[in-house]
Amino acid sequence: MEKVPIVRLRGVTKRFDDVVAVDTLDLDIYEGEFLTLLGPSGCGKTTVLRIIAGFETPDTGEIFMNGDRLTNIPPNKRNVNTVFQSYALFPHMNVFDNIAFGLKMKQCDKKSIQEEVRRAIDIVKLSGLEQRRPFQLSGGQQQRVAMARAIVNKPKVLLLDEPLSALDYRLRQEMQLELKRLHRQLGITFVFVTHDQVEAISMSDRIAVMNEGRIEQIGTPITIYEEPDNMFVARFVGEINVFDGRVKHVENGSAQVDIHGQRFKVQNKKNLFPGQDVTVLLRPEDIMVSPNGNGSGGEGPALSGSVDEVIYKGKTVDLIITLDQGETIFVTQFFNEDQENVVYSQGQRVDVDWLYGWEVVL
Amino acid sequence: MVRKSRFRNVAVGVTLLWITLFVIIPYLFVVVVSFLERDSMHLIRWVFTLEHYRELFSPVFLAVCRNSFFLAFVTTVIALILAYPFAFILNRIPEKTRRFLILLMIIPFWTSSLIRTYALIILFKANGIINTFLLWLGIIEQPLNILYTEVAVFVGLVYTLLPFMILPLYASIQRLEPQLVEAARDLGATTKAVFLDIVLPITMPGIIAGCIMVFLPALGLFYIPDLLGGARSMLIGNFIKNQFLTTGNWPLGSAASVLLTLLMVLFLYGYYLSARRTSTGGMGRIA
Repeated sequence: MEKVPIVRLRGVTKRFDDVVAVDTLDLDIYEGEFLTLLGPSGCGKTTVLRIIAGFETPDTGEIFMNGDRLTNIPPNKRNVNTVFQSYALFPHMNVFDNIAFGLKMKQCDKKSIQEEVRRAIDIVKLSGLEQRRPFQLSGGQQQRVAMARAIVNKPKVLLLDEPLSALDYRLRQEMQLELKRLHRQLGITFVFVTHDQVEAISMSDRIAVMNEGRIEQIGTPITIYEEPDNMFVARFVGEINVFDGRVKHVENGSAQVDIHGQRFKVQNKKNLFPGQDVTVLLRPEDIMVSPNGNGSGGEGPALSGSVDEVIYKGKTVDLIITLDQGETIFVTQFFNEDQENVVYSQGQRVDVDWLYGWEVVL
Repeated sequence: MVRKSRFRNVAVGVTLLWITLFVIIPYLFVVVVSFLERDSMHLIRWVFTLEHYRELFSPVFLAVCRNSFFLAFVTTVIALILAYPFAFILNRIPEKTRRFLILLMIIPFWTSSLIRTYALIILFKANGIINTFLLWLGIIEQPLNILYTEVAVFVGLVYTLLPFMILPLYASIQRLEPQLVEAARDLGATTKAVFLDIVLPITMPGIIAGCIMVFLPALGLFYIPDLLGGARSMLIGNFIKNQFLTTGNWPLGSAASVLLTLLMVLFLYGYYLSARRTSTGGMGRIA
């Protein structure tokens, strides 16, 4: 059975003066998922959110909810609620009245408003603060009020516009877990906008990586991180090392690629052909380092260079290595029992290679 | 650090001195005089009396008050109705047009408001610009009686005081985050509900500040009813002016001035309360 998207964008374009914020974008959002729009500032992710909320009307294209056309419906008639980046709490109302606002607009009776607000306050753990005014709350508490004010309306889709960006590191970690818990508990579809790839990877069911008004790639965090479709996604989602190479030989399911005169065996998923120029991408943690002349993992080719910088980080040791060919690469080494000598010294000669299959070939 | 704090001390000191010399001390004179007996030769006699405050409850002064409050109230309402949409639009238009409009609003301040009031006479009088134009258009056959009517007084007061309504409103609407309006829409509010539940309460300090800045001067702007309204429209300001310049009753004029000041204090307290209610933190800030 094919899942029906709860929100569907088809060919949506939005221009601001001369700038194309969203460029013929297609997007399906499925019921109950946690979808993140990830991208640098100005990539159009917030505009997509505002189009779903109804604050912007697309120049061309259509938006549907459960199959119904939503394009020209004003925001107050959409079953969608937003948590704003600045929270946008009403400064002249206390916590209770802020949360009750949506229900009052729906003309719910007093008793059910009391009950629903009470429940929302419990869910976001704000009991006892009902009478406080927004300026009397901490950033984290304001964030919770903004969440409660949105979820009390039981929206089909909850839109979150960089809601954690104003919080400090510790609080952000805490609210990330809190948001995940809320998502599980409520079963509402979450559409989350962020420019923080760590946040996106740790929270989402699916991530749409955006750039210049388009979606570069959409998929699970694992797919996005481990099998990026292009250089933009590869570079935006975490650190990556890039090697230029040329295909020498193609076998069944694998290929031999020449990098700096060494022949590496790589997976052949994209119908590589001999003579083709390719880029081989490797995450810092996928590269293995061994002392020079040791033959690295024992077999196969390796690139040699010398250690420029050793950065001890507690759980890991980061190495910056300059290859003999002049490229600088970034390597993360984990401590483990099998490999005790992960600590290298500055200037030390080393070999680098990787296990077959851990690379990405573009 | 030392230089900076010395500059601060000098700046604050000069201002304090100025206010003490030209505001506080003269005002204390007024308060003292209001409790003294009247003297036809020396203006005042150094004998304490509450007589002049009792006189403020006389039917004559109460009639002046009633008329005065009516004029000031209607002026304030008209100014508010005109200024609110204007201040709103001022906040939503491009920077360049906005600066131009604010300039247009400020330019009249470069001319004495007394002279501008005389200019209004040229507009209003029987063979003035408005009547000549309407006669030429054929809309009227007889010149309209505008000058020396209440209408002329209202136009004059509103015209003179409108900027004082617009500026505080503009400032308070400027502080209204557009996201609050979006949040309200997002939560299902209709345009009417957005205005009544969000925009109006949040801009209330500006509304009150604007009303104070129009209502109180409107009570005292004696030359506008004098020039445009003839003898019929009398303000507290006219009453005070008459006591000082015509009747020579300084103590009574002073007592009326003190009353006006108390009224102002009352209004400012109301403003302070409303500003504190809608503030985003700390004490009630002044618009």
